[in-house]
Amino acid sequence: MSLELKNVEKKVGIDTHIHPTSLKLEKNTINVLLGSTLAGKTTLMQIMAGLDKPTSGEIWFDGKNVTGMKVQKRNCSMVYQQFINYPNYTVYENIASPLAITGVKNDEIKQRVGKVAELLKLSAMLNKKPDELSGGQQQRTALARALVKDSDLILLDEPLANLDFKLREELREELPKLFEDRDCIVVYATTEPSDALMIGGNTATLLEGKVIQYGKTLEVYNRPENLISAKVFSDPPMNIAEITKSGDNCKFTDNDVQWKSSAKIKDGNYKIGIRPHNITTYKEGNNSVEINGKVQISELSGSESLIHFTNGSLNWVSLSNGTQQKNVGDDTKLYMNTDEFLYFDQNNRLVNNG
Amino acid sequence: MNKTINQKAWYFVIPVFVLVAFNAAIPLMTVVNYSFQETFGNNVFAWEGTRWFKQILLSERFHASLGRQFAFTFIILLIQIPLGIAIALTMPKKGWGVPVCLILMSMPLLIPWNVVGAMWNIFALPDIGFLGHSLNAMGFDYNFTQQPGDAWFTTILMDVWHWTSLVVLLSYAGLNSIQPAYYQAAEIDGASRWATFRYIELPKMKKVLTLAILLRFMDSFMIYTEPFVLTGGGPGNTTAFLSIDLVKMALGQFDLGPAAAMSLIYFFIVLLVCWVFYNLMMKNEAQS
Repeated sequence: MSLELKNVEKKVGIDTHIHPTSLKLEKNTINVLLGSTLAGKTTLMQIMAGLDKPTSGEIWFDGKNVTGMKVQKRNCSMVYQQFINYPNYTVYENIASPLAITGVKNDEIKQRVGKVAELLKLSAMLNKKPDELSGGQQQRTALARALVKDSDLILLDEPLANLDFKLREELREELPKLFEDRDCIVVYATTEPSDALMIGGNTATLLEGKVIQYGKTLEVYNRPENLISAKVFSDPPMNIAEITKSGDNCKFTDNDVQWKSSAKIKDGNYKIGIRPHNITTYKEGNNSVEINGKVQISELSGSESLIHFTNGSLNWVSLSNGTQQKNVGDDTKLYMNTDEFLYFDQNNRLVNNG
Repeated sequence: MNKTINQKAWYFVIPVFVLVAFNAAIPLMTVVNYSFQETFGNNVFAWEGTRWFKQILLSERFHASLGRQFAFTFIILLIQIPLGIAIALTMPKKGWGVPVCLILMSMPLLIPWNVVGAMWNIFALPDIGFLGHSLNAMGFDYNFTQQPGDAWFTTILMDVWHWTSLVVLLSYAGLNSIQPAYYQAAEIDGASRWATFRYIELPKMKKVLTLAILLRFMDSFMIYTEPFVLTGGGPGNTTAFLSIDLVKMALGQFDLGPAAAMSLIYFFIVLLVCWVFYNLMMKNEAQS
């Protein structure tokens, strides 16, 4: 069982919402669609579900061409950012609704709803109506409705976006476990790189209707094929600079900071990408290099400190552990872990692969 | 800390106070005044107690017009609410059709009430009116000035034409506030069109529909101008609804006392029905 998009394209009027995309999702996998708002995540999901037809291209499911097949005929379920439940059904009736429509027997419905409700910690609220529940519980109900059906394809469209922080963390931890023993393909859309990392599985990075890269989540994170994918998969944003390499020596184009690189790449001009957590107020790793910065913004979250600083024309973000109190306008020293630098060539392709 | 006392702010309340006094309290008190007394003009009054109230409540004439009033309101609600929802459901959700439909829908609401009455009067005249003439040409014996059934039919048709738009506009607004995700979710579940309506659209429209029913109840219960111009309450008294009957009594016969008592009873009935209805709906709301 697999879901395959073959050269799928979606145009609305003169706007291209999805550029020709090919993607193959395998059975028993969780696949994260990662991209900012309007990157095409929802459109792509609706095409996968059959709620929307592609302008061109084909969708194959389980070896069959299902392009244009109606959503009712496919066995899929979807959870939305908004908490979508039937307003005047109880939680039990809500969860049971997809089964009742397909004519499953009452005994079986009872048993299956009970099981799913337990999994999602809803057993105590089966007789309540959605209005009486907290946002987290409403979304759990919607998730239960999606799970009870034993769908082949489960689509989650930013399911945690409308929840407050605590509930989001809680549900995010549970999510991967919910899908562990299911014979299905899960697609999870999110704008948050941290969601993708926590959920694991595979990740597709999206930008402006294009799938930039698809692969194992950690692979995509550690070795982004190109600068765009690296940018999409970085929050806070990735720091980028032009550098020149000659022999082992590397040097920023804009200032005099130098370091020795073990990257096996030809001499020449490159761009480097540095994730914020690889620039810290303390030394990390054996090959760290000092850089001076003027503090622009300093944000403390308690366990982490985000320091925005400038150095010449560079306007960068660093992320350090603990509370690192800095005053705005101060000159400060920061350390870059050169082992973690990502080198991109002039076509923005990653060159220090492995 | 020293507290300074300054009561000047009360002056700002005076305009509202005067306004409310003149447009509600004083006229209402006049009516209350008339309802307990007999007057022969020249500001000569004689105390009558609750005599007028008893007289009205026991009079067959009042029972008849109250009955007609409830029948009329019930019928037009029965037609306008489902019809309004049905039209709202078929209206386009986007594109150039939206403004066209909205403008067409609001047209009847913009026409002055007595013009509506006059329009329908001419429209329905059996000899020269388009509707009346056509019906007769088709072989129906239609004459709204002579036959009570036809008079009712025409009055109801006129009210449906005039006011269904209001229900349509309210329902349309309610429908538009439903997020598309709900429809998608229903589609994925495989819910039928009817189930989608019953379990998504109807519950989501509940609030605006409550409002629509309340507004239509009150307006139709107090209807005066249109049937007055159309049928004048006739033939006989068959379309004399409460307010028409009231005006006949007050200005036609100059029975100010009974008319005032009837006004108050009328007022309390409207108030009571609205209160009961509103509380029932809100109780429902609290349960769900």
